Amino acid sequence: MSSTSLPPGLAVAEPMPDILPDRRPRRGVLGFLRRHPTILIGGTLLGIMVLIAIFAPYLWTRDPTALAPALRTRDPGPEFWFGTDMLGRDVYSRVIYGARVSLIVGFSVALLASVIGLAIGLVSGFIRLADAIIMRIMDGMMSIPPILLAIALMALTRGSVRNVIIAITIAEIPRVSRLVRGVVLSLREQPYVEAAIAAGTRTPAIMIKHILPNTLAPLTVQATYICAAAMITEAILSFIGAGTPPIIPSWGNIMAEGRALWQVKPYIVFFPAVFLSVTVLAVNLLGDGLRDAIDPRLAKRL
Amino acid sequence: MNTPKILEVIDLKKHFPIRGGLFGTTQGYVYAVDGVSFHIHKGETLSLVGESGCGKSTVGKAVLRLFPLTGGQVILDGTRIDDMSAGTLRPLRRKIQVVFQDPFSSLNPRMKVRDILAEPIRNFGLARDAADLERRIGDLMDKVRLPRDAVNRWPHEFSGGQRQRIGIARALAAEPELIVCDEAVSALDVSVKAQIVNLLQDLQQELGLALLFISHDLAIVEHMTHRVAVMYLGKIVEIADKRSLFAAPRHPYTEALLSAVPVPDPTVKRERIILKGDVPSPIRPPPGCRFHTRCPYAMERCRREEPELRPDASGHLAACHLHDLPPAENPLLNHRPPTAFRAGAPA
Repeated sequence: MSSTSLPPGLAVAEPMPDILPDRRPRRGVLGFLRRHPTILIGGTLLGIMVLIAIFAPYLWTRDPTALAPALRTRDPGPEFWFGTDMLGRDVYSRVIYGARVSLIVGFSVALLASVIGLAIGLVSGFIRLADAIIMRIMDGMMSIPPILLAIALMALTRGSVRNVIIAITIAEIPRVSRLVRGVVLSLREQPYVEAAIAAGTRTPAIMIKHILPNTLAPLTVQATYICAAAMITEAILSFIGAGTPPIIPSWGNIMAEGRALWQVKPYIVFFPAVFLSVTVLAVNLLGDGLRDAIDPRLAKRL
Repeated sequence: MNTPKILEVIDLKKHFPIRGGLFGTTQGYVYAVDGVSFHIHKGETLSLVGESGCGKSTVGKAVLRLFPLTGGQVILDGTRIDDMSAGTLRPLRRKIQVVFQDPFSSLNPRMKVRDILAEPIRNFGLARDAADLERRIGDLMDKVRLPRDAVNRWPHEFSGGQRQRIGIARALAAEPELIVCDEAVSALDVSVKAQIVNLLQDLQQELGLALLFISHDLAIVEHMTHRVAVMYLGKIVEIADKRSLFAAPRHPYTEALLSAVPVPDPTVKRERIILKGDVPSPIRPPPGCRFHTRCPYAMERCRREEPELRPDASGHLAACHLHDLPPAENPLLNHRPPTAFRAGAPA
């Protein structure tokens, strides 16, 4: 390339400097978390809560249910990190224990509501007659706010963690089955499903091989929102005395008991409230991040 | 064509109910396909052309029995399939396969290419054992000119043209005798389109396939078809050999369609027929000839009486009252705008 061969009035430009930094998109789990910081933050916070719940017996400093009338309503300090309540129970130990109740309820409801909702949604998305009946029932259930439905269901049974899980699951199922049904109805019209029908695939195989795997992404996102909603509902039920029996220290119960002393000893309500908020925030962040990673078009439904 | 018919369609009708109101009652019907008859011989290509919404794709899906029909008969290789139960029909589905327009939504994103191709082979019990299945999948990849090791990839790792090849391979996996190509090349860009069209032609030669080629692209239809059926508003208005139809259309709608194809020669003086208005609604099709609202030659009779598909001496079928006029008064015979095809297109 010699400049002598160029026509007059023309010059060869200097090579362009490499202005783009040499950065390759990172692959694997680390790269994924880098691109989706909300998943990283939400996942880390939730992971810490899960660890707290699992290792609660090693973390608490006193028996969370042990009464100590002589030590009641102590302020937070070196001996009682979060203080004590009006029966002298250690709020720190109770809050740590409460993480177990909240997470068990949240995860169980998310899992149960997803599985049952998935089954109902698949059936009503595929069978016209079943669809007409099931969806009217779901419409009826959805016309009652889930919290009221859960209270009504709890009123029918004795308070226990299992019954709380069942009540909240029933209240959440309509939303999941609606979502799954909608996804199934749109997937049924996809050309690859029509091609599978033309290729002689039977209806059950189409549901399992073609429809089901493609509903899992939106369902996973929905499950995280259900998990967050279930934890809040559990706390509300406990707070109004319709949920977990008062003997079990759930966050809602601790707040309910601290309510009377709210103006003089606000920390009894404060600490469980912070833990509940952080956990729900973590789950919601995780859900938002998953939604953005899986399908940005999916609108948040809660 | 002297080969037997692989597909015969007699008076096919598909009316979609329109539901509405408080109780979801039927408020009316979309007459998507309203009495369509044609046949395809073994190894032959029949193109179905027409503008958007004329019912071409509905015919394709009806022939595939993707939904129940409103009326008429579909006879596949001598067996009537329109009234068969799903279970009886399933083994017969092997003979008729489909390639769709959109290469992105026509492959399940959660299945690897191997599983996509294995599905029809397993469903129809074509492979003797696992080794035979592998061999067949490899052969299919060869047939559509894709590398064999691509079977372990996911659909999203391929380009549109490659995906369309996978779609064709899936159709071939069932060893069909007829493939419905529903706008199979419309979504591809020009160079890829040419590759896929040539691939389809090679496969047709090699395997003796019949094709029902649904398209709105007359240039491609002219390139690859044996016969052409022109649809307008749920009816076939003209069916003829390619050469006869492109050289001497016997329906005003076909004439207008042909005149709209660009001529690759700037010196040709063109007289284009611009149709007035839009396609009427298939919910309330016009009485008489469905084309009379836009036909430049419409007569009083066209508004009252519906024309039937009738052959001329050479077997060229057209549904038009103009052919009842004395030949000297028939505008279709005397008024011939030049088209891309008449201006010396290679035969």
